[in-house]
Amino acid sequence: MRTRPAARAGQYAALLAYLVFLAFPFVWLASTAFKPATELAGLHPAWIPQDPTLANFRQAFEEQPLLRAALNSLLTASAAALVAVAVATPTAYVMARHRSALARAATGWVVVSQAFPFVLLIIPLFLVLKNLRLIDSLPGLVLVYVVWSLPFALWMLTGYVRAVPAELEEAAAVDGAGRLRTLVSVTVPLLAPGIAATALFAFVTAWNEFFFALVLLKTPEQQTLPVLLTRFIGAEGVADLGPLAAAAFLATLPSLLVFALIQRRITGSLLAGAVKG
Amino acid sequence: MTSVTEARRSEPRAPGPSRRGRRAVDHGPWFLVLPALIPILVLSVGPLLHGILLAFTDAQSGRTEPTRWIGTLNFQDLLQDTLFWESFRIGLVWAVGVTVPQFLLALGLALLLDQDLRLRWAARALAIVPWAMPEVVVGIMWRLTYNPDAGILNETLRDLGFGGDRDWLSGLATALPAVIVVGVWAGMPQTTVALLAGLQNTPRELHEAAAVDGAGAWRRFRTVTWPALRPVALAITALNLIWNFNSFALVYVLTNGGPGGRTRLPMLFAYEEAFRYGQFGYAAAMGCVMVAAISVLLAVFLVGRLRGGDER
Repeated sequence: MRTRPAARAGQYAALLAYLVFLAFPFVWLASTAFKPATELAGLHPAWIPQDPTLANFRQAFEEQPLLRAALNSLLTASAAALVAVAVATPTAYVMARHRSALARAATGWVVVSQAFPFVLLIIPLFLVLKNLRLIDSLPGLVLVYVVWSLPFALWMLTGYVRAVPAELEEAAAVDGAGRLRTLVSVTVPLLAPGIAATALFAFVTAWNEFFFALVLLKTPEQQTLPVLLTRFIGAEGVADLGPLAAAAFLATLPSLLVFALIQRRITGSLLAGAVKG
Repeated sequence: MTSVTEARRSEPRAPGPSRRGRRAVDHGPWFLVLPALIPILVLSVGPLLHGILLAFTDAQSGRTEPTRWIGTLNFQDLLQDTLFWESFRIGLVWAVGVTVPQFLLALGLALLLDQDLRLRWAARALAIVPWAMPEVVVGIMWRLTYNPDAGILNETLRDLGFGGDRDWLSGLATALPAVIVVGVWAGMPQTTVALLAGLQNTPRELHEAAAVDGAGAWRRFRTVTWPALRPVALAITALNLIWNFNSFALVYVLTNGGPGGRTRLPMLFAYEEAFRYGQFGYAAAMGCVMVAAISVLLAVFLVGRLRGGDER
């Protein structure tokens, strides 16, 4: 199909407009992060720092327990991702291969649970975790994140299991391999990339999560990065734009890196989910 | 490739007593489901039911006396609570105001990305960026953009000679629209990716056949692209509506509900009620009202759309 040159030009113009709209806030964040204080206070803020500096990053680390919060976020997100995948993989397998009532109920719940506002979930969770003395503790938060990321993990993993031909498993069974043997030596190796992608996705969701962390963590030593970042803003509004931008910039890098790694797989699984769901 | 997906998609719907009979017997290895089922039951199904029950009690944070059943008293109070209904109205304006432009912009972008354009890879990568970012960072980023003195928005407006001394997030009239723009920006990636995936599922041959028959771009979109895209579009719009209505972090960071409650979404209202004032029961009642509203909204939306599909 040929497209007329005028239409082509219009398409490029539209694409450019989208690129600008999508990119400019992020460019502005990066620019603010590397600007010296004098330029930030200046009357005419420029797109590109005249005299780029790392002073904002230094100040951010000095004034706030940034490293501590990053470590908290890293531990929580990693633990949540690993547990979520370990728990979701067998279930996703059953959901994909057998259409049992249990699997159907689980799928139904995955959809229904999306409609409930977090308030309704967080108050009882808060009470339960308080009884278990897991308020204001990272293990408590991990527990919440696991449940919270399960729907999407199940959704993604079910798609990946479906992509593994059942014939391969049947062939292994014919060759005399037991059910467990088949799973471990045939299915799991083929699923490995999908499992990795799901784990990384769960990691990013937990790393980025704010609401549960805000409610469940009280002491500053336990705070995750997003909660700490809102502390930067403070009650008096934005006091120090530079360090705030620097810290926000740093907090985003891990998410962007992981997302770059798994972008293609996410796209694929969303397709599978959207069409089949 | 397409034929495989086609076959697989139609398989579960294949009627026939023999299949159904076999399916009913085959429960699969149920013990494999347990590791996921138990946490879901204990930490998702259980708490949600508990949350609904709490709406009928006078539960408060840090109280020593046992909580009592108070019937529908919370809901009766809620009916009189004009602040809540104002917040509820803002929530609806926000949810629709974000979801609709989100869909239109994402559809445009997805159609562009489906073309054979040169900058496509850059656009695809960039389109994902807002998705990957922590919501808190998105909020901070746009606070920097909207900043009255040091923000790039006002600076650009000044350069263009449009004044540019507005305090976007504190102005009574501008706060909600400004926040909605951020919501649209932040939610575009998921929508674009889903629509793009749907587009790539539409049969190329049909498109070419329609072009050969002399159908213009708009007619091809109406008759070939849209029917194929519809299921994906419906699903993602329904999800967006839910997600947006229940959204919290973005607005918490941008305005914290201000100025004067102009951007106080229901989630922010309920959060304050529960964790600032400790009114657990009352906040749970708000949660119930939100679920009910979302269900009605979705029912209206889906019934309307599905009916539209049958007439075709």
